[in-house]
Amino acid sequence: MATKVMMEALSPTMEEGRLVKWNKAVGDPVAQGDVLAEVETDKAIMELVARGAGVLRARLIEEGTTTAVGKLIAVVAAPDEDIAALVGEQGQSESPPHAQEAGPTVVAAVDQHETMPSPGVAQALGVAPQAGVPQPAARAPQPAAPVPPTAPPSEQAFHAADSGGRTLASPLARRLAAERGLDIGELRGSGPQGRIVKRDIEQAIAQGAALMATARPVQPAAPGAGQPEFEDVPLTQLRKTIAKRLSESIGPIPTFYLTAEYDLTRVSELRAAMADMGPEFKVSVNDIVLKAVATALMQHPEVNAHWLGDRMRRFARVHLGMAVAIPDGLITPVIFDAHTKSLRQIAAEARALATRARERKLQPHEFTGATCSVSNLGMFGIDQFTAIINPPEAAILAIGGLADVPAIEDGQVVVRKRMRVTMSCDHRVIDGAVGAQFLQTLRRMIENPLMLVF
Amino acid sequence: MATFDVLILGGGPAGYVCALRSAQLGLTVGVVEREALGGTCVLWGCIPAKSLLESAGLAEKLKHAAEHGISTGPVTLDFAPAMKRSRAVSQQNSKGVEFLFKKNKVTQIKGEGRITSPTTVVVKGADGKEETHTAKKALVIATGSRVRGLPQAGLELNRTTVLSSDDVLVLDHAPKRMAVIGAGAVGCEFADVFAAYGSAVTLIEVAPRILPLEDADCSAELQRAFKKRKIDVVTGAKITGTKVTDREVTIDFTENGQARSVTVDKVLVAAGRAPNVEGIGLEAIGVKRTERGFIAITDRFETSVKGVYAIGDVAGNQMLAHKGSREGHVLADLLGGQHAHPVNYGNIPSCTYCHPEVASIGLTEEQVKAKGIEYKVGKFPFSANGRARTSGNTDGFVKIIRDAKYGEILGAHIVGQSATEMIHELVVARENEFTVEEVDLAVHAHPTLSEAIAEAVLDSMGKMVHA
Repeated sequence: MATKVMMEALSPTMEEGRLVKWNKAVGDPVAQGDVLAEVETDKAIMELVARGAGVLRARLIEEGTTTAVGKLIAVVAAPDEDIAALVGEQGQSESPPHAQEAGPTVVAAVDQHETMPSPGVAQALGVAPQAGVPQPAARAPQPAAPVPPTAPPSEQAFHAADSGGRTLASPLARRLAAERGLDIGELRGSGPQGRIVKRDIEQAIAQGAALMATARPVQPAAPGAGQPEFEDVPLTQLRKTIAKRLSESIGPIPTFYLTAEYDLTRVSELRAAMADMGPEFKVSVNDIVLKAVATALMQHPEVNAHWLGDRMRRFARVHLGMAVAIPDGLITPVIFDAHTKSLRQIAAEARALATRARERKLQPHEFTGATCSVSNLGMFGIDQFTAIINPPEAAILAIGGLADVPAIEDGQVVVRKRMRVTMSCDHRVIDGAVGAQFLQTLRRMIENPLMLVF
Repeated sequence: MATFDVLILGGGPAGYVCALRSAQLGLTVGVVEREALGGTCVLWGCIPAKSLLESAGLAEKLKHAAEHGISTGPVTLDFAPAMKRSRAVSQQNSKGVEFLFKKNKVTQIKGEGRITSPTTVVVKGADGKEETHTAKKALVIATGSRVRGLPQAGLELNRTTVLSSDDVLVLDHAPKRMAVIGAGAVGCEFADVFAAYGSAVTLIEVAPRILPLEDADCSAELQRAFKKRKIDVVTGAKITGTKVTDREVTIDFTENGQARSVTVDKVLVAAGRAPNVEGIGLEAIGVKRTERGFIAITDRFETSVKGVYAIGDVAGNQMLAHKGSREGHVLADLLGGQHAHPVNYGNIPSCTYCHPEVASIGLTEEQVKAKGIEYKVGKFPFSANGRARTSGNTDGFVKIIRDAKYGEILGAHIVGQSATEMIHELVVARENEFTVEEVDLAVHAHPTLSEAIAEAVLDSMGKMVHA
């Protein structure tokens, strides 16, 4: 049976995609799940996966072409099947793009300010959707897609979004979805005419869980393994009032900034000593800062936290986001379980993630799920700056450059290597003193880097 | 020598439906069958047995004729005409399949088939001549199953005193004394038929209850009805010895530890069926089998050999005609390039056509418990149903088992007149994932037996009206 290959919305915000590369030639056999092509979305280069098996019969767009989501771009069918009707249909399939077209089998790329690929799934997993997350466009009722009279049933609408604006779902599926907080419009049904049935809900839940699992790879026994990964802290009246008043004062995230200047003499000595031992021991200042932040966060769960609107979530593990500049923007890949990783592991992982980020090869699960983030503009000669919090995280650290500065020691002016760190804090979660205490801990770590090997 | 797109071994409910549907989708189809068309269902199972059960039901009804002011004079019971009627019905149905084959241009190949390669079947005709036929697209094994004796209990089928269900279908009289070994659907149905025709029937079951695959409440209700009709129901039996002569059979057994013995004129062995996997060339092409001896298949009916498929009893799962037909239909759709939904083996209705009938869909209460699902039960007796009272058949009940939280209908069990017809409301409900609420919202006509379903559903929600 023929399968229409559409430009799929590989992220909720994607409206069009640029076909970077065809991985299959016309005439190539295609199995379900094969990668047909690479598509550049608004965030990353994603794989477009075959939803049916057969032979790639037609490629309807060239490499490098940008196409609206929902447009027919190829046909997979049996070698001898008549696909003329399907190919001819191309001009008619002008249905508005739906993020919902992204099937549950594709991990949708997400805007980096989201922590989860689908607000529906996120909710089901107990992660609150965030304000300001661009929601998939509301589905306007649309005339039923014209089906050529010759089309056999296999080519008729097969998923919910195609069913003329009505979401077909079984009563049981609706109940299960409502209870899990899943948006039924986000799912693709496997029942007759794309009807959403129990199996689809179960699959969506399982996939959400799997996504969480891949996002949090199992690490060698972390300190506190076996304990819950986070603690939700209910809001006291005082905390609610603070949150409300402060939000009214500045923007949705009432941010304040704390700056500290750290002495990096010992960090510099440490790096030099390690570099002397051989190239494999070479680490950057940033690697040491990442390691120090991860270690310090473990001691300050009130900073390693998310603001979830009706509660705060304090994490027992550190998934550290690191902002990376890429040619036309920035992205924050995540070092998962950074608190359990050695300096060498962090150095290697940071380097690999940065490289892949610049090549735009990151998978969504690699840049979602951070508990706190670090941004470093030191290499651009910036002494000090403030970074913007990536919600629902409660803080971000802006690392400035290493500089020789005059310092007073024992009444003498001496030259010292120093670095400025500015912490942006969400005041709803972190009060001034709490942030300051965290920066104190971080100072202890950075000024005595041997603590990091303890 | 002929070549077909689809070559099917076996013309039973799985094979013939697959053949018809494939032909309707434009494929050329050949069906190899050694008997008449229709398989066990049409020839030696469903159809003739139901015909006899209809006769048995009438015999039972006549006992109440006087209540309706109908005088019949003394009623005599003769099994032979009922048997002949059942054979005629069976033949009519078989001819019907033949007609459909002609109409849809399916080629019937008479003879015994043996697979010689994944694409070829050698068919030996009645005249002993052999012919090779080739399958271009698919070779489908739908050879079904057959009755088997109980040699391990000394009850080898001998066609005179130890009989299979095939044999009893052509008996020319109802034996005075009869034992039925195995109280599954087949055993219960024949116990019912022969009891109605005056045989003294002993129904012997190894499991602790009759219809062991049905919900325990259904087993108990049917057992009560059978006992009322003087059928000697023995459960938890262990056969300790048998003596078979050409005139009678003595069976020694223990009933819940107590030693007993019955001597009967005929024994019907109704304990299980075996898949027809021998002598059809499976070994020649290396078709893999399951531990229980069935052909192993995927959810697209593919065997371990590419291009070779298996459907129906021979492919395991429920050994039921309607399961086989559905498999045949879905396989044909797949072969014809249609979109097909896989067979939902969790939603195959099960029906026993004795009096009262027993029908069910989904899980039994025991199974729900074992799965650890939180559930609620709703039950409504036909004794409280107006329509059942008018017909005088007030045995039985409707039992609904629903998920406590979501209202999903986990199982539905009906004992009573027309249970096998009524069950489909719940089959449709389950297939479409309606919860108990949707079933309640659907207005049920009055007076009907189906109102008992609505009431049982309400009961499961704790709000039965006619309580």
